[in-house]
Amino acid sequence: MTETLAVPVPMSARRGRMWRRFRRRPMPMAGLVLVVAFLLLALIGPLVTGDPAQQDYLATLAPPSGAHPMGTDDLGRDAFARIAHGAQVSLQAGVLSMLLAMVVGIPIGLVAGFYRRWLDPIVMRLVDVTLAFPFLVFAVGLAAIIGPSLKGVVIALGFSQLPAIIRITRGEVLAIREMDYVAAAVADGAGDGHIIFRYVLPNCASPLIVQATVAIPTAIIGESTLSFLGLGVQPPTPSWGVMLTTAQQYLGDAPWLAIWPGLMIALATLGFNLLGDGLRDVLDPRSGR
Amino acid sequence: MSLLEISDLTVDFDTEDGLVQAVRDISLTLDEGEILALCGESGCGKSVTAMSVPRLLPPGTTRLSGSVKLDGRELTTLPEPAMRQVRGKDVSVVFQEPMTSLNPSFTVGYQIAEVLRRHERLSRQAAGRRAVELLELVGIPAPQRRMKEYPHQLSGGMRQRVMIAIAVACSPRVLIADEPTTALDVTIQAGVLDVFRDLRDRLGTAIILITHDLGVVADIADRAVVMYAGRAVEQAPVTELFARPRHPYTLGLMNALPSAAVNGRLAEIPGMVPSPLSDPDECAFQARCPRAQADCRLSRPPLERHAPEHLAACFHPGGKS
Repeated sequence: MTETLAVPVPMSARRGRMWRRFRRRPMPMAGLVLVVAFLLLALIGPLVTGDPAQQDYLATLAPPSGAHPMGTDDLGRDAFARIAHGAQVSLQAGVLSMLLAMVVGIPIGLVAGFYRRWLDPIVMRLVDVTLAFPFLVFAVGLAAIIGPSLKGVVIALGFSQLPAIIRITRGEVLAIREMDYVAAAVADGAGDGHIIFRYVLPNCASPLIVQATVAIPTAIIGESTLSFLGLGVQPPTPSWGVMLTTAQQYLGDAPWLAIWPGLMIALATLGFNLLGDGLRDVLDPRSGR
Repeated sequence: MSLLEISDLTVDFDTEDGLVQAVRDISLTLDEGEILALCGESGCGKSVTAMSVPRLLPPGTTRLSGSVKLDGRELTTLPEPAMRQVRGKDVSVVFQEPMTSLNPSFTVGYQIAEVLRRHERLSRQAAGRRAVELLELVGIPAPQRRMKEYPHQLSGGMRQRVMIAIAVACSPRVLIADEPTTALDVTIQAGVLDVFRDLRDRLGTAIILITHDLGVVADIADRAVVMYAGRAVEQAPVTELFARPRHPYTLGLMNALPSAAVNGRLAEIPGMVPSPLSDPDECAFQARCPRAQADCRLSRPPLERHAPEHLAACFHPGGKS
């Protein structure tokens, strides 16, 4: 009788068991491999490849070869170097915009969900309004206002993801503030701040971690899209989206220029999504074991 | 002067259906080192009465009047920050549900030390050492090892002991135990009751025990208050109460105990509890009472002294001595 109640188990204590469960599944492991490969490409790639802006007019639109493993573009720049540097831009856009959304969204969700009163309906109606816009439309609008740059991309994508983070945090807070251990903390004389940071936040960490792994690929696609449209990173800096823009002019002569960045966007996004699904399965007790 | 004095406590809850009258004009006292049982069926107001002391009722919808004095200090009007100092320090609560009343994200040692650091301003190390002592006090074997475990690694009885360790960490004057044994297996219940007895003997903690289990009352309590429909209907030392119950409701509860079953059939009290939304001027129990007469419907019987320390609210009490 005593063990039938589903008591959430803390992350730290579950880590070993979670890793064993995670490792047995092929898809999340494939996701993990893709993500690690993407991280290596973004962190180490730019160190080993040449200058992505180095032009070679004797070898423009060259097909893949020993000197240029991914070929060259219309200005004779090494496509592999540009892919590696583009990975860095994608990683920055993905991680920074995710962090921005988390850092701004979690406190808002915590306060709205914990105190309710007048703040909660206002915040939630604003969230509903922003969620009514498609994600990309919202991001494009914001990027157009802020102006084209990596900073603009991060801010636009971060704020576009904000409503989802606020909504998830608030939902978790609403459930957790009714838990017996929160009532017990009040009875022990704990203040609001203590209850929020020691009782509510740690116990809603799992869904937020999953959301973080979903926010990164969304932002990677978002960055590529904005850059493709000219609203993101500007030409001298290599970005997968910028590379695609150039590639479409030479699609017949040099199809590899479109294939490499397209493949990279697809694989990086797939990797994070598979990893996120795997984390959801092991972290969230509600999704079944 | 008693340690805790509750006088004319009335608690209403604002609900969509109207004002729910949870507790009506309760007055009771609690002395140092005393174990007082509040008993009655679900919804009789026993928990609400006890939770009024540390003011743990929903603030928005609770209408409370009357007085609650701890060591002569009025608690009902105390500002919230001062009240937080009282909770967990002077008045502690052990809740009914040990499985879900501990924070799943931290070790039990951390959770015990947390209260000590908050109220006693102990250092991390000192609080940790004290936490080990407390786990020992509540009878947890290998406390050093248990300190580092998470709630999900402990059984229900263990968790209840940890809850008690947290509650008594700051040597509270009053400990409120809300159905502390209801969720536990019978064998574990006895052990938990021993812990309470031990705490009273060693630390002189006064305990308010909320229970519907008369077996627990007989086992551990010094005095009992029987509540019905928000009012105290009988109040007496436990031996006196079991020897000579005056109120027909108390008698009905005792006859409903499994040990009093006749031919394997439990005796029940016929009828239903009156609605808490209305409060007519009559005995709340008269509709279900075997001894009810015309006068029971004309006015409400006051709580009267029938023997030294034995109060009952009935026009036709039994057990004349």
